[in-house]
Amino acid sequence: MATKIVMEALSPTMEEGRLVEWKRQEGDTVAEGDVIAEVETDKAVMELVARASGTLLRQVVAAGATVPVAEVVGYIGEPGETIDAPTSTKPAKEKAPVAAKAKEEGKVKEGEEEGEQEPEIEEEEPEGTKATVSTGDATGTGGRVKASPLARKMAAERGLTLGSITGSGPEGRIVKRDVESARVVPETTAGPPADAGSGPRFEDQPLSQIRKTIARRLAQSIGPIPTFYLTADVDMERAAEARAALNDSLGDRGRISFNDILLKALASALVQHPACNAWWQDDHIRLWHEVHLGMAVAIPDGLITPVIRHADRKGLLTLSTEARDLATRARARKLTPEEYTGSTFSISNLGMFDIEHFTAIINPPEAGILAVGRIAATPTVVDGAIVPRRRMRMTMSCDHRVIDGATGAGFLRTLTRMLENPLALVL
Amino acid sequence: MASTFDLIVIGGGPAGYVCAIRAAQLGLSVAVVEKEKLGGVCVNIGCIPTKALLHSALMANTIRHQAADLGIETGPVTTHYGVAMKRSRKVSEQNSKGVEFLMKKNKVTVLRGTGVLQKGRTVRVGDEVHTATRAVVIATGSRVKGIPAIGLGLNGTTVFSSDEALFLEKAPPRLAIVGAGAVGCEFADIFNAFGSTVTLVEALPRILPLEDADASDALAKSYKKRKIEVLAGAKVTKAEVGEAEVTLTIEAGGTTKTVTVDGVLMAAGRAVNTEDLGLETAGVTLTKQGFIKVNLDTLETDAEGVYAIGDVAGPPMLAHKGSREGVNVAERVAGKTPHPITYDNIPSVTYCHPEVASIGLTEEQCTERKLEFQVGRFPFSANGRARTSGDTDGFVKIIRGTTFGEILGAHIVGAHASEMIHELLVARENEYTVEEVDLAVHAHPTLSEAIAEACLDSLGRVIHT
Repeated sequence: MATKIVMEALSPTMEEGRLVEWKRQEGDTVAEGDVIAEVETDKAVMELVARASGTLLRQVVAAGATVPVAEVVGYIGEPGETIDAPTSTKPAKEKAPVAAKAKEEGKVKEGEEEGEQEPEIEEEEPEGTKATVSTGDATGTGGRVKASPLARKMAAERGLTLGSITGSGPEGRIVKRDVESARVVPETTAGPPADAGSGPRFEDQPLSQIRKTIARRLAQSIGPIPTFYLTADVDMERAAEARAALNDSLGDRGRISFNDILLKALASALVQHPACNAWWQDDHIRLWHEVHLGMAVAIPDGLITPVIRHADRKGLLTLSTEARDLATRARARKLTPEEYTGSTFSISNLGMFDIEHFTAIINPPEAGILAVGRIAATPTVVDGAIVPRRRMRMTMSCDHRVIDGATGAGFLRTLTRMLENPLALVL
Repeated sequence: MASTFDLIVIGGGPAGYVCAIRAAQLGLSVAVVEKEKLGGVCVNIGCIPTKALLHSALMANTIRHQAADLGIETGPVTTHYGVAMKRSRKVSEQNSKGVEFLMKKNKVTVLRGTGVLQKGRTVRVGDEVHTATRAVVIATGSRVKGIPAIGLGLNGTTVFSSDEALFLEKAPPRLAIVGAGAVGCEFADIFNAFGSTVTLVEALPRILPLEDADASDALAKSYKKRKIEVLAGAKVTKAEVGEAEVTLTIEAGGTTKTVTVDGVLMAAGRAVNTEDLGLETAGVTLTKQGFIKVNLDTLETDAEGVYAIGDVAGPPMLAHKGSREGVNVAERVAGKTPHPITYDNIPSVTYCHPEVASIGLTEEQCTERKLEFQVGRFPFSANGRARTSGDTDGFVKIIRGTTFGEILGAHIVGAHASEMIHELLVARENEYTVEEVDLAVHAHPTLSEAIAEACLDSLGRVIHT
């Protein structure tokens, strides 16, 4: 009986591999442990070795082909032996190495194979017993990730999932530098500096069973952060008028931009909707009593999100000055770490690039981000007549583990109303 | 006879010979060029013989000051530096022979002579030119240097370096040591124990200037107790070098004093051996500081296939740093991808008594970098095992990053500090935090308990103070 050569999971996160080159040809004699092919994984080019000795009977896939993990790429057997399944075999029937490995680690229940795509419905099942073939994460939902204690602490504090980080330490171990370079995200221990106000700065809300289930099911469905998007079309005519009037009266004391008005409205709306001004903390939700707005700023080799602290307590002019200062210093790479960490909600504005509408990626552990498009004259029905009005589309990305559809919609409605009636911002 | 090797290493010190062994393990044909004894400065005129002498010094002091208390009657204690010196030579010779044996065992060819680089990965040794197919590694190390600018050029008799101090037949009655880094402090300890009147002069504000200030202070206190004159923040402004005496004019703390001694031991820095090596021919360049310029990730010089390791490749000039670089380069040359060296976690050890050992940042550096940290301390005077052996001098100090409990730095002063630092070194290398160090149950009674206690102290939970 011929032995199948399968695409092995050569890196913890590998899901498919490209067979770069066959090192042995059909008819060649191979010994167990011989390198038979080179495979490009998601991280590197690795060697695929023979798991049996014999003759390489068939190369099922050609060099250059990309093959899912556990798929058959060839056969080893006795010369002249016939192979009953010359084409690729269902991975579910295979003892895929990846599943076998998980089994060694005691993560697979008896009789449960990787290929069974049965939806998980048992709510009572204790965590950690379910097969997790991917590397899983640091928070104990399954598979083991190699990471240093310091890296684990840093990732947990920063709301990063270890499974999403590539390790550079021995044997792919995740170490401090990997977490540091993973992404610029808020450092939560320190939180935003306690620079103002009294009373509790936030409230940690325990997760209810339904919230836990929602979180798990949704994360399973879409990725670590189950995101959904809400778009609102805002009439900016009055905001534009208000801005012109303000700038007139300001004279050379400063200039208010649409972005400044947005920051002000956003901060005010967040105060009214604390459920959206929140952090996902894996085992609880942190509802912030303070509003710290992250503001995406493009810099030469990427982007950074400087933070306007206590944006809800600041006047338009202060917001405007601070926003401008932070953006300038961000581009000059002069920000201190405290200035780009600890935001409770973020905003990304691509209006200046004439973008009509887009979606932004959530900056974890925050629960939402607002993506703002351009302001353009648009035919609008007003009192039964079509007139040009300056309008703007904004889209909120929501972490569904924290924000439900109605919650986000309510918040967006408040924000829309504030922008459409900017006088309310004075209140 | 000219030959061809995969790898030629110039210099058989701790960087070079370790590089050769690792390369040989990986199947390469290797030659080491050495003009003197295998083992380099470390084995022959550095680490090893000084430690042998320091052991003599420790024994002398223990017998002198503790024997009676321990219930041992000795009568008057007499020391003979020459005897201790000869013992240290034997130890060095054994070690050097050990390296020779390792070369044979690993089939590394030893080419006796001075290696000079030629163009294109070839090395001339004497009249023979040898070719390296894969790489040439420069591991020529460093040597002591004097300060001729202030009249203290080395003359080998009244103004000498550790090279000569290690071969003296007698301890000089009066000795000045210029430079209180590891070398200066170790010789102060040695000659004090052998009866010299020692004056230790350091230009920077404290002895062991690179160590944590608490460590410097503890050592200075211990030295003063032993009547070693410690002049820190001091400048030698004039040196009158005579046939048998040297008179130094030293400015310290606003006052000027003159010290007349029988010998001056220069311990103020080392110079790298980069001369007459053919660097220019080979296309190897130097940094502004005079080290060989290397790519810090690969240790490759500006000349392709030519690497530099150890002292010549830059600080810290420590044997263990050089050895690791040797392993790293050997693996890279053999086609492996070695793990990067964590240069910020190389232990620094001074083997004086009490010993001083450290890793990572000093408290001062943490403050300069505006890090949030908590210091945990535990004195050996509160440690049971330390009391049993009368080793109550010193402490363990751990600097813990407030946010994650990261070990930012660790400093140990005390008996066996050089051994104990490794627990924290392994912890820090693997990014254990102070919590993980404390989680490991420490045996009782041991000096190492002080480490666990210092960890706890950094968390505000110390038990025994």
